[in-house]
Amino acid sequence: MSIQTGSAWVDGSGSRLAKYNFFKRINWGRASVFSVPTLWLAIFFFIPFLVVFKISLSESAIAVPPYTALLDWNAEDAYINLKLNLGNYLFLFEDSFYIDAYLSSIKIAAVSTFFTLLIAFPIAYLMARSKPSMRALLLALVILPFWTSFLLRVYAWMGFLKKNGLVNEFLMGTGIIDQPLIMLQTDFAVYIGIVYTYLPFMVLPLYSALEKMDMTLLEAAEDLGARPTTSFFLITVPLAVPGIIAGCVLVFIPAVGEFVIPSLLGGSDTLMIGRVLWDEFFLNRDWPMASAVAIVMLIVLVLPIMLIRNSQGKEETA
Amino acid sequence: MKRRSLFLNTTATMGFIFLYAPMIALVVYSFNKSKLVTVWGGWSLKWYGELFRNDQIIDAALLSFKIAFISASVAVVLGTMAGFVLSRFGRSRGKMILSGWISAPLVMPEVITGLSLLLLFVAMESAFGWPAGRGTSTIIIAHVTFCMAYVAVIVQSRLSQMDETLEEAAMDLGAKPSSLFFLVTLPLIMPAVISGWLLSFTLSLDDLVIASFVSGPGNSTLPMVIFSKVRLGVSPEVNALATLMIAVVAIGVVAAMWQMRRQTKLLADQE
Repeated sequence: MSIQTGSAWVDGSGSRLAKYNFFKRINWGRASVFSVPTLWLAIFFFIPFLVVFKISLSESAIAVPPYTALLDWNAEDAYINLKLNLGNYLFLFEDSFYIDAYLSSIKIAAVSTFFTLLIAFPIAYLMARSKPSMRALLLALVILPFWTSFLLRVYAWMGFLKKNGLVNEFLMGTGIIDQPLIMLQTDFAVYIGIVYTYLPFMVLPLYSALEKMDMTLLEAAEDLGARPTTSFFLITVPLAVPGIIAGCVLVFIPAVGEFVIPSLLGGSDTLMIGRVLWDEFFLNRDWPMASAVAIVMLIVLVLPIMLIRNSQGKEETA
Repeated sequence: MKRRSLFLNTTATMGFIFLYAPMIALVVYSFNKSKLVTVWGGWSLKWYGELFRNDQIIDAALLSFKIAFISASVAVVLGTMAGFVLSRFGRSRGKMILSGWISAPLVMPEVITGLSLLLLFVAMESAFGWPAGRGTSTIIIAHVTFCMAYVAVIVQSRLSQMDETLEEAAMDLGAKPSSLFFLVTLPLIMPAVISGWLLSFTLSLDDLVIASFVSGPGNSTLPMVIFSKVRLGVSPEVNALATLMIAVVAIGVVAAMWQMRRQTKLLADQE
């Protein structure tokens, strides 16, 4: 329901007055409430992608800023030269390094998202089924890490996983292993880091889906002779699907572009596209190449998932 | 049935242990006397002293607090406006655009957001001469952009849960739109606005990737300093810093829970 203002009610239609009222009918307060945040997003979130696209078509140059201009105005013979360089994109698809990086990011993000779901589900389920007072406590326990620094939570695993770290000390102390395991600077550590830092993002949407669930459905299934595992997979999981999808999107997309986790926990051979983009930009100072990497990542990885998500949101509201 | 709930309890407990074990270890080792981070040398507050004598960390922390404060405050205003539009304005094309856009910053990989904003700032500088160079102001703009999306989502969900009759009553009594908002709607959504501010403050304080792209030389925020320190390995000063942060957050969460409990109790007493 919208809040209407007085002037909309009183204008007669078809008269000259209506024309005059047209300006009065634009409610400036309303218009600015809408346009200020919209313009901000347009300028600082959407136009930048056009700039990235433009620069991805230029060439790297030793200059400030370090790329060539697309439009070249030649004053002598009044030519405008438009130079579009598709070389960055061609290079992206020729050099297997970039394709490997995209594929390995997808693999790492997908596997981590799966394990995040696996660990988050029992937590969310327990929360949804416990008493209100216990529920508040568990919710606080899940939210607390979410409020503490992401960077420091990744860092916590460095001390945990390193060669003389706590995990190795514990395993060697109990006699399970006699040689320290190499865990830091491996893909294994990257998986752990992603699952750990994104766990709250999975638990919260799952919890809100499971909380709405009607528990009498399970009782009915039990009365009809369904075994707990059957009713879990046939009733609970399907009802949790909106939460599962929301949680997976919230974990998968940022994980694909993750930079901090692979650079602190991963090895030098841990290939992730966020890290490639970072190195292209900060180490090689090749801005056009970094832009091309970003554009491909946007089109191949981010856009499809956002479209799926949006169409789902519409179905729900319809 | 019994066996499954045992299974559920065990797996959920293991999940919580997974969530807390590294943080607890961090806190314990921040009180370690030994310089070797994993060798226990007895209890000590030595690293807290070192932390407060480290000018680089203190300066970066002050800069980060300033940026987070300004970003959160601007983001709350813009995000509340957006949330209000999304839940209280009638259907229109403009609203559809805004509702499609607003959640995009939430899921965009940070490297893309950071790179695109930096390239925008560079292009704007060569076109209009603003922003001249990069530093605090460009970091604030970047942080406002992703924080306002979080605020909008929180405010929108609060507004859509809320009873509209109070607003309708005020309208029937002749309240102007502006006084309707400031005297009726805003006080009702205040808890959402406050949590939006706090979340924005935390997110801004924590951001490494976007700030690294859009900051200029000599504008290192706290996460940037921490990152350059821990990249070389575990540092006891950072352990002390992490412990302080965890303590502040834990106090905040406990206070919020206590407040919530009191409110629900008050409501229950009234009924």
